[in-house]
Amino acid sequence: MSTLRARHLVIDIPDRGDGTPLDLDIAPGEVWGVLGPNGAGKTTLLHTLAGLRPPRRGEVLLDDRPLSGLRRRTIARQIAVVFQERQDGFPATVLETALIGRHPFLSALQMETAEDVDLARRSLAEMELEGYEARAVSTLSGGERQRLAVATALAQQPRIWLADEPSNHLDLRHQVAVMRLLRDQAVRGCSVFLCLHDINLAARWCDRILLLYPDGAACWGDTGRMLVPSALEQLYGQKLIATQLDGAPVFVPSVADTRAAAAVPGAGNPSQPHDG
Amino acid sequence: MAGAEQPLSAGAAAQVAVPGLARVWPSLLVLSVLSVLTLLLALSIGSVHVPLSGLLALFGSNADPLHQTLVIELRLPRALAAFGTGGLLAVAGALMQVLLRNPLADPYVLGLSGGAAVGALGAMLLGLGALAVSGSAFVGALVSTVLVFGLAHGTGSWTPTRLLLTGVVVAAGWGAVITFMLVIGPTERLPGMLYWLMGDLAYARSPWPALSMLALACLVLAPLGRSLNVLARGPLQAATLGVAVRPLEWTVFLAASLLTSVAVITAGTIGFVGLVVPHMLRLVFGADQRLILPASALAGGSLLVLADIGARTLMAPEQLPVGVITALLGVPTFLYLLYRSR
Repeated sequence: MSTLRARHLVIDIPDRGDGTPLDLDIAPGEVWGVLGPNGAGKTTLLHTLAGLRPPRRGEVLLDDRPLSGLRRRTIARQIAVVFQERQDGFPATVLETALIGRHPFLSALQMETAEDVDLARRSLAEMELEGYEARAVSTLSGGERQRLAVATALAQQPRIWLADEPSNHLDLRHQVAVMRLLRDQAVRGCSVFLCLHDINLAARWCDRILLLYPDGAACWGDTGRMLVPSALEQLYGQKLIATQLDGAPVFVPSVADTRAAAAVPGAGNPSQPHDG
Repeated sequence: MAGAEQPLSAGAAAQVAVPGLARVWPSLLVLSVLSVLTLLLALSIGSVHVPLSGLLALFGSNADPLHQTLVIELRLPRALAAFGTGGLLAVAGALMQVLLRNPLADPYVLGLSGGAAVGALGAMLLGLGALAVSGSAFVGALVSTVLVFGLAHGTGSWTPTRLLLTGVVVAAGWGAVITFMLVIGPTERLPGMLYWLMGDLAYARSPWPALSMLALACLVLAPLGRSLNVLARGPLQAATLGVAVRPLEWTVFLAASLLTSVAVITAGTIGFVGLVVPHMLRLVFGADQRLILPASALAGGSLLVLADIGARTLMAPEQLPVGVITALLGVPTFLYLLYRSR
């Protein structure tokens, strides 16, 4: 069981003030959701928590050890990251791609074992990609690539999941499948941290919510307490209609009067550059 | 424990499912046999034909002294130099393609060979010794690498267009510097113009620097194969999978520059081997670097040996620079890859 902690963490976004330092305990069994408008720094936060970019202030601790002092291989045995943007890689097949999730566990000259292949296969099956093993990644659709990225992370058997918009490009069936998988990982003792665009997915699947504002301000807490229309309207600068469906709150944007929405106090993109 | 219940034995499944892995040793064996055959062919073919059956007899005491000199003192060193040079260029190309995640990368096209040639020529003009010439060639290749990759990187990522433009312009610049140096230099002390601009094995002296560097490269790179596979998925993904990206990238930079500079010192600037060979191998074997890198060494060597046989015989008694032959193969390949990448 591993806990990822942010201590007085300020992410480094150029030309932006420090905002609220983050003190987060992403504990085993918890699913965290980060909500915020475009450009609020969700992805930067995720990359900082993964140790891929240095914070401006504060630190990230993996089981009480600073991430900056750990070898990438040590980190990779605990933390899996699902990226939002996939870089154009070299040609590879679907199975080869899922198998690289085993890389942190193999020594330099070691070939993948039968168990590794089996694990990669089961991960692909979990994401309904079992018939795709020999396909070239370049022939997959956006949603299929997204599922492959999740399967690759699953093959990594992480204790901590950091996923940037894991439901991106996915049809409804696979959105549910991915969120259920992540929820299930949390139930098995993983810590899960997600950047999300969809408030309703967050409402449905997350235990804790972090609201990230474009000026760096932030607040976090239990989902029920955080997902209230007034806070979300301020976050997105958009009037919302809230209701309850199937036991979970549902939010839809109100398009009745867009000007009124823009006039929500303190809302949206302040578009004023702060003094760093 | 689950073996009895599972319909598919995991071991058997692995054989089928991971192309490249189970095929590493058989594939390398086939390529090794082909390499030996091309080398024998190079010893046999030429102005005087020595039949394959007669090659072994040359080492006996009652061999034809003319054939002996021809094969052992002329053809064998040249064929080995061709093999070493081709292998080095192909491995350098394969490495750069992984680093840039771009199949168009090649030490000649991106100006590394030109930089090495300028470095070597400069040291020769100053009258420095062989070691200084080698060092200077390495520095030249490295300067070129840093220049091209640094400039092409800019603020964004390595787009193919930006990278190629930078590389081609840098290569053209080196070409001009080479021409300038040859014009002002004492030509009788330097191998000819074509050697430095097109590559020519006629001037190759000892094959051993190239061959030993090739062997060393294969040994050093062998443990990095899987990390390179991961790096080929992109630096961020590689970092999250436990690869120390910066050190690995620098290793690859240095290795590509070093291999290119040794190839250039041996045979001048031969183009496109680093482009053609890894591309062909990926078509056959897939993109697993654990196979592609050693296979590039063997296939690149064989290709250049064959190209050099062509260079010696096509217009006999005139000899072509081998770079002409590799360009004939490489330019269409390059254009095809560029066309397909749109």
